[in-house]
Order: sequence, then C-alpha cells, then structure tokens
Amino acid sequence: MTPLGFVLTLAAVSALAGMLGSLVGLGGGVVVVPVLTLVYHVDIRLAIGASIVSVIATSSGAAAAYVRDRMTNLRTGMFLEIATTTGAISGAFVTTVLPVRALFIVFAAVLGFSAFATFRRRHQAEPLTRSDDRIANALRLHGSYYDKAEGRTVTYKVVGTRPGLVLMYVAGLVSALLGIGSGALKVPAMDLAMHLPMKVSSATSNFMIGVTAAASAGVFFTRGQIDPIVAAPVAIGVLGGSLVGSRVLGRVENSTVRWIFVAVLAVICVEMLQRGITG
Amino acid sequence: MTVRSDEQVPRHDQEAPEDVRVRRVELAISLVLRIGVTTSIAITAAGLALMFVHHPAYGHLSGSFSYHRLTSTSTPFPHTFSQLGAALDAGEGRGLVVVGILVLILTPVLRVAVSVISFLYERDRAMSLVTLFVLAALVGSFFLGGVLS
Repeated sequence: MTPLGFVLTLAAVSALAGMLGSLVGLGGGVVVVPVLTLVYHVDIRLAIGASIVSVIATSSGAAAAYVRDRMTNLRTGMFLEIATTTGAISGAFVTTVLPVRALFIVFAAVLGFSAFATFRRRHQAEPLTRSDDRIANALRLHGSYYDKAEGRTVTYKVVGTRPGLVLMYVAGLVSALLGIGSGALKVPAMDLAMHLPMKVSSATSNFMIGVTAAASAGVFFTRGQIDPIVAAPVAIGVLGGSLVGSRVLGRVENSTVRWIFVAVLAVICVEMLQRGITG
Repeated sequence: MTVRSDEQVPRHDQEAPEDVRVRRVELAISLVLRIGVTTSIAITAAGLALMFVHHPAYGHLSGSFSYHRLTSTSTPFPHTFSQLGAALDAGEGRGLVVVGILVLILTPVLRVAVSVISFLYERDRAMSLVTLFVLAALVGSFFLGGVLS
C-alpha cells in the first residue's frame, strides 16, 4: 500500500473509531491500536503513540458538545481527574520494562473484566435518589441531564467516591501503559462504583480521558512514539468521527449504550488475547 | 441546542445565581475545546498536504512505494523541540503535522487551566483546588517526561 492509500484508509477507520469511542466513552484508542498492529503491521510502540493522539482527539472533539449539553458531569469528572493524572504519571515510566506480549494480555484482561462487570449491571437502569457519600455531598458532585431518548430531565446522586478514586488511579496507570484512555475502566468505575447513569458515565469518561492521555502524551512525544504519518490521519479521522458520535449519544437509550460498550470490549478482548498468546 | 439546555435549569430564586455561574464554566470549557480542536485539524491537515506536495512518490494510490518505509521504527521524524524547529525551518510537512498534534495534546491542558480560572472567578474554592491539582500534575508530567527541562 502506498502512503496515500495508508493515510486515506487509516483516516476512514479512525473516523469510525472516533464515532464509536465518543458514543461509549472509550476514546477510540481501543480500535486504533489493534487496527494499526493487526491490519497495518505498525510497531506496537508507534501504535500506542497514535492511540494516545486518538484518545485526546475523541475526548476533545466530543466533550465540546457533551459539556454544552450537560451530558458530562463536570464536577465529578474533574474530581476524579486527580486520580487519573496521578496514575498516568506513574504508568508512563513502567511501559518500557514490560514486553509486548505481556502488554497484550494485560490489555485483554482489563477489557474482559470491564465487559463482564458492565454486562452484569444491565437491569439496573434507575439512578439513585439519595447519597450518604460525604465527599460527593461536600463537592456537590450530584447532577442532572436532559435525556432526549426519554424526553425528560434525569436527576441522579453520586456515591462511592473513594472506590471511584482507586479505580481511576488504576485507569490512569493502564492508560499510560497501554496507550488507551482506559475508558474501558473509567466507564465501569462510574457505572458500577459511583452509580452514574450509563450515558453520563460515557460522556464523563469521554471528558476525562483527554486529560489522562495528555498527562502521558508528552512522554510519548519525546520518546519518539508519535510518528506524523500515522498520527495525522488518526487525529483528523477521529476528530471528525467524534463530532458525529457526540450528536448521537443524547438520542439513544442508556441500555443501548451499555450493550454497544460491552460488545466492543468483548470483541477487542478476544483479538488482543489471541495476539498475546500466539505472539 | 444551548437554548434547550438553558430551559432545563431550575428557576428557583436561590439556585438561579449558581446555575448561571455553572453555565458560564461549562460554556467556557466547551469553547476552549472547540477552538483547540479546530486549530489542530487545520494545522495537521495543512502539514499532511505539504508532505504529499513535497514527496510526489507518496501520492499514488498504487505503486511500489510502501508506507512501511515511513512507519518502521527506524524512520526518523521530529520528536524533540530542536528537531521540530529544524523540520519547520526546512519547510517539512511532517514538522507542521507535529505542531498540529502538539496543539491537540495541549488542548486538554488548556481546558484544565481555563477550569481553574473559571472556578476561581466563581469563588468555588474546593473545585479551584481540585482543578489546580490536576493542572499541576499535568504540567509536572511534561517536566518528568523531559518535554520541558
């Protein structure tokens, strides 16, 4: 394939990744890394560099709309960023020690866990109406959003800020290790531990992953992992896709978002596991 | 679209001022993100176009020139600020692409900085401290990574 063919096809795939990523709060890195390594046979370290770019692109592209439309829980997102940035900084210095195949298996395990945990919560759709969480009450992390699919304003309370912080630290660590925004961990952390509505979890994860990725992006840049010919089509494609995806989230049901999230995670989990085992 | 969300805001007298304040923070953040993203797309696309102009061999849809030559780990590309400066002086498209990507990377950092200022301005002390910590961690990460030193 010629460089032009590479740029065009990669931009198209990236647009899909951006659309999907912005819808389920995953950042698109989760699509970009396997596509670059499995289809284009690009070195995993360059693929990780490109996916960090993809994560920031999905996040910034979609968050502009989500914050304006109040799908994002701004205060909760910013509060949890304390843990994700700290985790990302810790993780950026461990990457080079781990061999490539171990990275794939860690990746697969993380995704498999997230998929299973999110699937199990599929019948609990109603948000909480009260909260004893002192941090959440003190920082006024509770919120409400207008649900276009249900045609009403949904008000919800936030709990579990402490387990939330711990999971977010791990999410930041994983993000730096694997080059994904680890929305794969952020969405379940907010969905399972903190009981945010699925769409709010997705939009808030989307909002946060950009900051987490930015915390390790500097390191990836100086280490020479951000190759312009790979990063450019990914950035442009993903940004375009995320602008489309962010228009869709408000209109679909919470349960639809959950199913797409679980399906995406399961598929990629299997791919990466295979890659990690067969080498 | 913004008009619709404004209508969802409760109109109790006590809450109205806070809702207005929160709304201002939201709109400021949304605006910063949109500016960052648009600037980044424009610069990256211009750089990419320049690359193809300078290297006609890249621009065929079929041919023997494989993209692998540009994506192997031994391919040189700018990854320090001095290399980036040299690439830009030489008018290389990939230098411009890297600038566009750096703008993209800085967009979330700028978003956090704007949040700190907004929360300080709205006298929300707890959230000011929270966002200030995140900003410090982000800037610290660039120092730790040797990006700024």
